[in-house]
Order: sequence, then C-alpha cells, then structure tokens
Amino acid sequence: MEKRRRLAFGLFSDIRRNGTSYLLILPAMAYTFIFGYMTYPYMIIAFQRFNYTKGIFNSEWVGFQNFEFFFRSYKAVSVTFNTLFLNLLFIVFGTLTALAIALLLNELRKKLFVKLSQSVMLFPHFISWIVVSYVLYAFFSMDMGIINQALNALGLASVNWYTEPEVWPAILTAMNVWKGAGMSAVIYLATITGIDETLYEAAEIDGANRWQMCLRVTLPLMMPTVIILTLLSIGKIMYGDFGMIYALVGDNGTLYSTTDIIDTYVFRSLRQIGDPSEAMAVGLFQSVIGFILVFGTNAITRRFFRDGALY
Amino acid sequence: MRKFSLGSAIMYTLISLYAAICLLPMLLVLMISITDEDAILRNGYSFFPDNFSLYAYKLIFTGGSQVMQSYGISIFVTVVGTLLAVTVTAMAGYTLANKHVKFRNWMALYFFITMIFSAGIVPWYLMNRMLGLTDNILALIIPSLLFSPFNLFLVRNFMNGVPDSLRESATIDGANDITIAFRIYLPLCTPVLATIALFYGLDYWNNWWNAIMLIDSKSLYPLQFMLLQLQSEISMLNEMTMLAGSSDVTLPAESVKMATAIVTIGPIVFLYPYLQKYFVKGLVIGSVKG
Repeated sequence: MEKRRRLAFGLFSDIRRNGTSYLLILPAMAYTFIFGYMTYPYMIIAFQRFNYTKGIFNSEWVGFQNFEFFFRSYKAVSVTFNTLFLNLLFIVFGTLTALAIALLLNELRKKLFVKLSQSVMLFPHFISWIVVSYVLYAFFSMDMGIINQALNALGLASVNWYTEPEVWPAILTAMNVWKGAGMSAVIYLATITGIDETLYEAAEIDGANRWQMCLRVTLPLMMPTVIILTLLSIGKIMYGDFGMIYALVGDNGTLYSTTDIIDTYVFRSLRQIGDPSEAMAVGLFQSVIGFILVFGTNAITRRFFRDGALY
Repeated sequence: MRKFSLGSAIMYTLISLYAAICLLPMLLVLMISITDEDAILRNGYSFFPDNFSLYAYKLIFTGGSQVMQSYGISIFVTVVGTLLAVTVTAMAGYTLANKHVKFRNWMALYFFITMIFSAGIVPWYLMNRMLGLTDNILALIIPSLLFSPFNLFLVRNFMNGVPDSLRESATIDGANDITIAFRIYLPLCTPVLATIALFYGLDYWNNWWNAIMLIDSKSLYPLQFMLLQLQSEISMLNEMTMLAGSSDVTLPAESVKMATAIVTIGPIVFLYPYLQKYFVKGLVIGSVKG
C-alpha cells in the first residue's frame, strides 16, 4: 500500500518535472489505449449472441454455444489443419531457400553483380498480395495463362487451376517463397557479414577450401539467427496470412478444402455471414493457442539464446 | 584465387536464375498491359506480343476514371498518414529514450503488451464501428496504421545511441525539451526517421485491409482495394470505360487489368533505390536485434 502510494506520487512528481516529455508521448499512449487496451473487453462477445444495436452490455449470453457450433462443424479441423500445414510449408521452404541464396551470395566476389541481384530479389517483397494475384493469374489462367500454353505446346490438355484444390498448397508455397525469400536472404547475409573475418583466415591456414569454410564456419555461426527467426515464425504458426490467402484465393469456394485458414474463416463469419460472436469465438480459440505457442517458443529461445528472446 | 572455376560459374548461374524468377513474372504483367487486346485473346498472355497498344493506359488515365479517383485516395492517405504516423512515433520515441523520465520503462512495457497480445480482428472492427471510423477517409488513415510499437522501439533504440552528454550540455546552455528535440535529436535521427517513414508509407500504400473491413463507397476505394475488386467485377471495368466515354467499343478487359496492376506499383518502382537502402537497414536492425 505504502509502496503503491509512493509509486503514484513518483509518477505525479515525474510528470511535473518532465512535463514536456509526457506530453510528447501522450498521443501514442492514447492511441494504444483506444486501439489496444479498450478492444480487450470486446472479446467477451464470444460468449454472447452479439447484436449490433443492443451492444456489448445488453446482448444475450449463450455460454459456450458459439464454440460448440464451430467445433461440431467439420470446418474446425479443416481450417486449423490448413493454417498449421500451410505455415509449416512456408517456414520450411522459405527458410531453406533464403539460406541457400544467402550462402551463395556470400561466395560471389563480383560486388556489382551481388548488389544488382539483391535489388532484384527484394522487389517482390514490396508489392502487395493483390498485385501478386495478377502475376499468379498471368501464369495460371485457364485460357490465356503461360502454364496452360506450355502444357498445350507439349501436347497436354489445359488444366483449370482455379478449380483444383490439391495443387494449391504447392502454388501458395511457391508464391510465399517468391515474395519473401529474397528479403530473408538479405537478412541472413547481414548475419554472415557480421562473422569475424579472422575465423576464415584461420580456416584457410588450416587448409580448408571454400566449401569446407561454408559448411564448418559460416553455417554453424548462422544457426542461432536461423533458429531464432524460425522459432519466432513457429510462435506465430496459428496466425495465417489473411492478405495472402484472400488476395490469391478470394471467395473461390472450390479451393476452400485446402486453402481456407482460420483468418479467412473469421473474416467471412464477421463480414459476409455477419455473425460477430461466432467470429470472435473462433478468433479467441486462435488467440489462446497462439498465445501459448508464443510463450512456449519464447521460453525455448530464452533458455538457449538469451539475446534472441522477444522478452 | 580469382581464376575461373566451374564451381563459381554454377553459383553465378543459380543466382542469376533466381533473380530472373523474381523479375520475369512482373515483366510478363507489364508486357500484357501493353499488348493489343485482340492479340491477347488470340494467343493468350505472352512475353513477346504480336501487336503493342497503349490503349489500356489511355483508358486508365482518362480524367474521372475509377483508377484516377483511387489513385488520389491512395496518395492522400499515404502522405497524410505517413506524416502523422512518423510524428506520433518520433515524439513517443524521444520520451522513451529520455533517461531523465523515470517511468520510461513502464511506458515501454505498456506498448509492448499490445504488441504481444492482440484481441483480434473482431474487437478491432467493433471498436472502429463504435468510433464511427467506417466509410470515411479517416477509416483509411487512423485504424492500425497510424502507430506501430515496432517502429517506436526502432526509434527508441536508435535514440538511445545519442550520447546523454549532448542533452546535458544543452540543458546547461538553457535549452528546454522542445529545443533539444528539434535541434539535437531531429538532425541526428534522420536515418531512423527515414526508415520508419518508409515502413509506414509502404504499409499505407499497400493496405487494403482497412478498406475491405470499413469502406463501402466506391469513391473511397484506395488503389489496392480497387484492384482486388477489379479481379472479379466486370461491372467495375464497364464503369471505368463508360466514364472514358467509349461504351460502344469492346472492352480491353485483360490489358486494362494488367495495366492497373502496373500503375499500382508505379510509386514503388520510382522510389525503389531509396526504399531498398533504408528498408533493409531497418529490417536488419529490427530482426537481428542489435
């Protein structure tokens, strides 16, 4: 009690002393309060039958009914599986591609070439998924796409890619790697550049060739960064990339069996079906599992790589 | 050491190949956008069109078209939003880096908690509805985009590197907080402010989440969202050409779509050298945590 009073008094006198500083941080604090802290109470609508006109205080309480509805439908398993499976594919292929590119770039000696190829590789990172969806369409369109033209040239029949759910995990993975691997490679390359030059000199004296240096010096020293970034992604594995999936797949229901993720499901419940309570219940399920994963992976990171921990 | 070897030839080829994979798809979109519509319908999409035509661009840039309207919205939102966001973030970062403020770490925690734990999209949507941030231009500027704790910590970490002795000597010379902020910190921190300006600017330019959640009127569609609608809505295309006063001509749907996609990435291409320089720097600071 005494301590708390002193803390409050301390804050008061600190504000008097550094008034300007507190004034400068006020907009950011207010913004975070409104769009961060004040949104938390809305989560209880997961246990209501929320009605926009009645609001959060007068809507009817329904207990776990919204959760029951979701978990009884086949959708629960399907969207959860898709979220985890697609993210896993993205993490594995994204990391491997980025690592390979970074190691290759590190071996190249022509500065201008390295710089130029980096610039090109980063480009896809800066464009939106919507623009990417046009790129995708240029390749996979039924009548005009490059892929079907190539198939026809080989004497094979055209495939209507937008009605074939089985191939979409592969397509999505390819697009995800295409958009993101260049950027990750540049980050990895920055780590490699930070490696102590004397280690390579020592290895050279011991008679190591470039391949051995790469395998025995570069790779082991990069591993902490790779593992930390991978653990961070695993922590977020319950959260799908709505922007990507919705831009590339959209409302194409024939592809839902392999592409519908928790985030797109929540979006549809909220905006198209118009059931905020149901959407919130699914979102809460995602948050709870997601929170556990973030905590878990961070605990692992903190245990093994003190500097890489999020908190 | 430097002589030609098979190994390095393979490595150069592999990297060139990957660079080509990154660039060629965009080139394809560009080529389709300048292909004559009949040639597209006859031969499909192609890297080497038979007939070129800039008709699609002419349609897009005709005054009053939906593309121009959306372009205006996107530019306005990006410029105003980025200016506001950088200001809010820089001010907050300055306070968090001020070692004389006793509660700065508590305030950092206050921001950090919202970074780790978000309530999700449903509360976000309901909050915006309650605040009346639906279907107006503010809905494209304020929610989500105006302030990011990640950028705040980027600024704070950079400002922590400014030696405290500078502040102290300025204080002795009679400078107040505002003077110190503008005369000492602002000039020293332009690199990090440029970096976050790019982060914010790119987020604003590429954002369509706010539009899909909060905007209904066509006149407020930002460019990205318009492009999303264009994918599926032929009616949107019709409107575009109707405004261009050519409803009797067959619609060059394919080339117009691709041309709009190209126009959307225009500013990014234009600012690319600058973008790349600061963006990578910021990302490396942010992800490897220096």
